[in-house]
Amino acid sequence: MKGNNAYLLAAYALTWIIHITYLATIVSRYSQLKREIDSLRKNK
Amino acid sequence: MKRLFPILGVVTAALLVYALYMALIGAPTEQTMGNVQRIFYYHVPSAWTAFVLFFVNFGASLVYLVKRKAAADMVALVSAEVGVVFCTVVLVTGPIWARPVWGIWWTWDMRLTSTLVLWLIYVSYLFLRRFSSSGETPTLAAALAVLGALCVPFVYFSIWFFRTQHPQPVMGGGGSIDPRMLHVLLINWLAFSCFAFLVCWSRYRLEKLQREVDQAHALESLMAPRGSVR
Repeated sequence: MKGNNAYLLAAYALTWIIHITYLATIVSRYSQLKREIDSLRKNK
Repeated sequence: MKRLFPILGVVTAALLVYALYMALIGAPTEQTMGNVQRIFYYHVPSAWTAFVLFFVNFGASLVYLVKRKAAADMVALVSAEVGVVFCTVVLVTGPIWARPVWGIWWTWDMRLTSTLVLWLIYVSYLFLRRFSSSGETPTLAAALAVLGALCVPFVYFSIWFFRTQHPQPVMGGGGSIDPRMLHVLLINWLAFSCFAFLVCWSRYRLEKLQREVDQAHALESLMAPRGSVR
């Protein structure tokens, strides 16, 4: 049953990899859009 | 409202850490499956959270179809996207749990197949939103979402109505669960629900900003002098 701990670790690790990857895309896109809208406002 | 976000963030982080501790250490070890059964505390709450998000998507899509409010459209998009993320977690953790317990990664039984179909429907919804530029896209997507939501109760009740490889329900439907395990399960569901709410809130802010940028670009194009090259 000790080998099964690897499956447990894999499941938990992949769960957080999926969530953190998604959050990272949100943060990255938000920063990009913020810069874009600030530049649009400056050009007005 | 904005000041509430960091407070909720800290509370959610604390809940997630506590839930993780309870899942890995606090919960009793299951007799037949051993430690690998602890995947249950991530797999089931992720499924329940995905179902709730798809239900929110259903409600928001209905509101959009009736009232054509932009906010409803944004909520529909956000809830579908975050729902797909949680459903992906279900489809990843399920086979990882299945392998040591059933000896197989996957089987085409009713619960697993219907969950995969549900995921594909909502991925199609997101593809439609992403790649269609027609003005009718939100309406078409809302119609797809209303039909797709019919899959959610089918997935949930599949193990009640069909004999499947997947275990029978732990709550109701003749199933049972150790009260200590139920306690840990519910803590993890609460933690993931709070996390899902925060992720949706962040995604909603992103979508609102995206629409502002699109509007600003559209205005810029309208106000550009005729014949000018951008």
